[in-house]
Amino acid sequence: MASPRTLFAKLWDRHVVVEQPGLPTVLYIDLHLVHEVTSPQAFAGLAARRLKVRRPDLTLATVDHSIPTHDRSLPIADELAATQIRQLEKNCAEHGIPLAGMHSPNQGIVHVIGPELGITQPGMTIVCGDSHTSTHGALGALAFGIGTSEVEHVLATQTLLQRRPKAYEVRVEGRLAPGVAAKDIILALLARIGVGGGTGHVFEYTGPAVRALSMEQRMTICNMSIEGGARAGMVAPDDTTFSYVAGRPFAPKGGDWDRALADWRSLPTDEGATYDKSVTLDAGALEPMITYGTNPGMGMPITGRIPDPAQAADSATRQALDKALTYMALRPGEPLVGQPVDVVFIGSCTNSRISDLRQAARMLQGGKVAPGVRVLVVPGSQDVKRQAEVEGLADVFRAAGAEWRESGCSMCIAMNGDELRPGQYAVSTSNRNFEGRQGAGGRTFLASPLTAAATALAGRITDPRTVVAASEGVSA
Amino acid sequence: MEPFRPFASKVVPLLADNVDTDQVIPARFLKVTDKTGLGDALFSDWRYHADGSPRPEFVLNRPEMRGRQILLAGDNFGAGSSREHAPWALVGYGFRAVVSTSFADIFQGNALKNGLLPIALPAEAHGGIAAMVEADPDVELAVDLEAGEVRLPDGSAVGFEVDPFSRRMLLEGTDELGFLLAQSEAVAAYEAANPARVDTTAAAGA
Repeated sequence: MASPRTLFAKLWDRHVVVEQPGLPTVLYIDLHLVHEVTSPQAFAGLAARRLKVRRPDLTLATVDHSIPTHDRSLPIADELAATQIRQLEKNCAEHGIPLAGMHSPNQGIVHVIGPELGITQPGMTIVCGDSHTSTHGALGALAFGIGTSEVEHVLATQTLLQRRPKAYEVRVEGRLAPGVAAKDIILALLARIGVGGGTGHVFEYTGPAVRALSMEQRMTICNMSIEGGARAGMVAPDDTTFSYVAGRPFAPKGGDWDRALADWRSLPTDEGATYDKSVTLDAGALEPMITYGTNPGMGMPITGRIPDPAQAADSATRQALDKALTYMALRPGEPLVGQPVDVVFIGSCTNSRISDLRQAARMLQGGKVAPGVRVLVVPGSQDVKRQAEVEGLADVFRAAGAEWRESGCSMCIAMNGDELRPGQYAVSTSNRNFEGRQGAGGRTFLASPLTAAATALAGRITDPRTVVAASEGVSA
Repeated sequence: MEPFRPFASKVVPLLADNVDTDQVIPARFLKVTDKTGLGDALFSDWRYHADGSPRPEFVLNRPEMRGRQILLAGDNFGAGSSREHAPWALVGYGFRAVVSTSFADIFQGNALKNGLLPIALPAEAHGGIAAMVEADPDVELAVDLEAGEVRLPDGSAVGFEVDPFSRRMLLEGTDELGFLLAQSEAVAAYEAANPARVDTTAAAGA
C-alpha cells in the first residue's frame, strides 16, 4: 500500500508532467485566471515568438484591478487603465480566451468569480498573475500566484516549472467566539509566525475550527496565506465544499458529478501523513484582531496595546517596529480602540463575498456612519452585488451613509482612483497594510468586516463585541 | 537575455527586513503594457516626495550610490505582491544582484527570470558584509555565479546556492519557455490521460 500522503502531495503528484533529477518539475495547470495588470507583457511575449495560447478553454480572464467602481456607463477617465483594459480585450479576442469584461454579469475580482462560477474545483491546479490566488485553495485546490513570465509560460504551454514546496500544517482547534471572524484566525496566525514564516511552504489549514467554517470563511483564510510567505494555502474538501460547488454554472453535472465527487473524497490528507512543519492555534482563545503596523504580521488582539520597540527581542524587530510606528504616527503602549479613522473600506478578495457583506450590514442595520467618515462597500463581483441588492443589504449600506459601489479590487490596491489621501487612517477588510498600499501616505488597519462596520458607526476603532452585545446574536 | 557574467560593484545598503514589492514599485506604476522604463519608479515613495522632488535622506539619492549594481537588502526581501514589475524596476534601475538572507518565493522566481541574481547568504556572512559596508561604504563585492561565490576585498569568499537549472539559464542567457515548449509531447500525453476539468469557453461561461 502506498505511504500516506498530504492533500498537497496528492495534488502535486497528480499534476506532474515531467520529473527529472536535477531539474524542476514540469507541473500541469488545470485553470489559468488572467487579469488586465499582469498579463499584457505575457501576451506581448507570445506575439514576439509567434506562439498561440495552448488551452484557451482552460483560461478565464476578467478585469478587476484598475477598473472604476463608480458608474460603469461612463468612459474610464484614467487613460493608462483604459489602455490596459483594451489591451486585455484585444488579447482575449485574438486568442479565443473567454473574458468577463467590464460590462459582463460575471465580472468581479478574479478570486471571487472563480469559486462563484464553479470553475474553481477541488483537486485542481490553479494559477493567476496575482499573489492572492491562494484563495482558491479553500476548495481543496493547489492554487498559487505567479509572475508575468510564468503567465506567459502557462499561456504557451499550460505548464510551469516548479520546485516542490514543503507542507506546513496550520491546525486550528476549538471554536470561534461570537464577534470573532475567520479574518481574525488568519491575522492571529500572521502575528504568530510573521510575514516570512511560511516561505517555501504550502499551508494546509486543519482542525475542528477550520472544519466548522463556511466555504467563504475558508477563502478569507486561504487568501492571506501569501501574507505569511506561503504561496498556497489549502483546506481539504468536505461536505461543506461539495455543497458549495454543487449546482454552480461550471460544476460537473449528472454522472460527471458522481465521478468527480468520488475523486474529491479521496483528496484529504491520509491518516499518518506527516507535514514538514506545523503550528497550532486555539480559535476559542482568539479575540478580534487588528494590525497596528505596516505588514500583516504586525497585528494584535483589539483589546491589546501597541508594542514598544524598546522591548523588542532584537534590533531588526526594534527597527522595523520603530519605522512602522513612525509611518503610522502611533505611540507604543497605547490601545487602538478609540483611534479615530477617516475611511472604512469593506471589500477586496479577502472579504467582499456575500457573507462578509451580510455581517457588515447586520452591524450597520438601522445605524448611521459617523459624521466625517467615508465608508466604501465594494462587492467582490457583479453576482455578489446583485445578491446583496436582492437581500436589501445595499439599502442598509446606503441608508447608513456608506457608498455602495461596483465590483473590483478598488481601495485594496488603489489603482483605480479609490484611494486614501496622505495621512488618512483607514480600517480595511483587505489583506495588506503596507506603506502606501491604499494610496501614497495612507495608513491602514486590517480587520474583519465586523470590526470595520463597528468602526464605521463609531468613527473610531471599535471592538465589534461591544456592539454585538447590544444587538445580540451577530455571530461570525 | 544577456548571459550572466562575473562583475564587481560597490553596494547600496537597504537593510530593512520584509521589504515588500509594494515598496519596490507602488501599484500606481503597474498600469503599463511593457516591461521597460520602470527604473525611475523604483522605491518611488521612499525616494521622492509627493511633489516628485527627491528625499535626500533616502539611500538611492546619495550621489555616491549612482551606478552601483548590488543591493544589500534585509531578510525576506520581495514579500507580498507577485508583480514582476519589481524585478523589472530593479533591473531597469541598473541592479544585477540583491544580497539578503532570504527572499520571498514569488519574487525570487521572478528575479531569476529577469537576469537579476538573488543571493541568499547565511545570517552570519550577511551580517559580516553589512558590518564591512557600514565601516567602509565603498567596499566592492565581486559576484561570480559560475563559481557560486561572492568575493570580498580582503580576499575571502562567501559561497551561495542557486538551483542548478536557474543557474544554467542565467549563465546561458536563455529562458524557461524554450525548455517548456520542448516538452510538448509529454504535455500532450498528460492531457490525453487527464481530461480537462472545466471548459471555460462553454456556454455557461462569461
